[in-house]
Amino acid sequence: MRQAPDTAVEQARCRYVLRLADTSLVLGQRLGEWLGHAPALEEDLALANLSLDLIGQARLLLTYAGELEGRGRDEDALAFLRDAPEFLNLTLAEQPNGDFGHTIVRQWLIDAWQLEIYGALEHSADTRLAAIAAKALRETRYHYRFSSGWLVRLGDGTPESHGRVQSALDALWRFTAELFTPDEVDEHMSRAAIAPALTGLAPHWSARIDEALRAATLTRPPTQAYPWHGKRGVHSEHLGHLLGEMQHLQRTYPGARW
Amino acid sequence: MTAAVVRTMSAQREIEVRKLLARVPDPEIPVLSIVDLGIVREVRQEADGRMRVAITPTYSGCPATEVIRTLVRAALDAGGYADAILEEVLSPPWTSDWLTPAGREKLRAFGIAPPEGSATSPRQLLGSPAVSCPRCGSRATERVSEFGSTPCKAHYRCGACGEPFDYFKCL
Repeated sequence: MRQAPDTAVEQARCRYVLRLADTSLVLGQRLGEWLGHAPALEEDLALANLSLDLIGQARLLLTYAGELEGRGRDEDALAFLRDAPEFLNLTLAEQPNGDFGHTIVRQWLIDAWQLEIYGALEHSADTRLAAIAAKALRETRYHYRFSSGWLVRLGDGTPESHGRVQSALDALWRFTAELFTPDEVDEHMSRAAIAPALTGLAPHWSARIDEALRAATLTRPPTQAYPWHGKRGVHSEHLGHLLGEMQHLQRTYPGARW
Repeated sequence: MTAAVVRTMSAQREIEVRKLLARVPDPEIPVLSIVDLGIVREVRQEADGRMRVAITPTYSGCPATEVIRTLVRAALDAGGYADAILEEVLSPPWTSDWLTPAGREKLRAFGIAPPEGSATSPRQLLGSPAVSCPRCGSRATERVSEFGSTPCKAHYRCGACGEPFDYFKCL
């Protein structure tokens, strides 16, 4: 009788860790596309550094997810040999880079989300997850300083930069409903004290977002009720293209090393 | 042997291993040893006589982590501790507060400004503190970029002597 609920929690735990891992991995891969193309050398380095931190977090999380899954898949197998419907990242993370302002808005929205999630996971009943979160949280604070700094500079900058980040915000806002909409995986995790209740975190995220928007003289778009379902494996059309590039080498030359 | 003698021998082996590790350079900032950097978290002798060494990464994605693991393994092998257990720990997470005072001075002499203040200080949330130029000591410096050539560094410029320099991030 006790076996059934435990199995459900363990399966949910694996999916939950994969969601965190995939969001970091996919966002890290997107940022990597900026290499050599950023508006200035300093920003090129900054985006590459963010990417490196995110991929580092993804590696720790993927390794853990592979162990929880218990099918012998390591971080590389999970990153390079899964198809889009098996990826459980937030839909926001896979959205294309657009211009620099667009990338900054996407980054800032996710940094603010990670601040809440990792901040709460630091106290998770799952000590492995808590250790990864504590490590990632320090890095995320630094990321947020960068992305919110640019958001204010661009939003409160020239009419051109203001217009660009406002339209990026308008375009990306529809993906934010997913960030704090819980499903049965989240509910299993919060009941087991492994992850925070998302609905409790939403107001903190919202307040942080509003504060930065005020400083950046930007207007918060109206709430969009429809949540996307990237974390359930239902993605926008962009993820397949991203994976096509990211996985090409391992798909073409399986097991290639250098 | 008495228990006291065994304890003394174990303590001596720990000191010996720490000395070995103190000669392992950080691959990206070779003036620093991994002990200076504060990433050696534990050295102790197990009940079966083998030594256990625990190290922690600085940043999740730091590419030096794997090189460091290889260098530590090689140093242990060469020092006669081929059976030592090498493990990686994540908790508590590394902070620049663990840089040793000697490590901070080595950084400055190498031209990298050491972290200012404590990572746990609430002042860190208010933005970057004043950083002294490692060459001329002036505090009239400005941040060029929050990110630099490696994950652990930011990029600064000195207004007094005009030199650009790296600042070891306080994190």
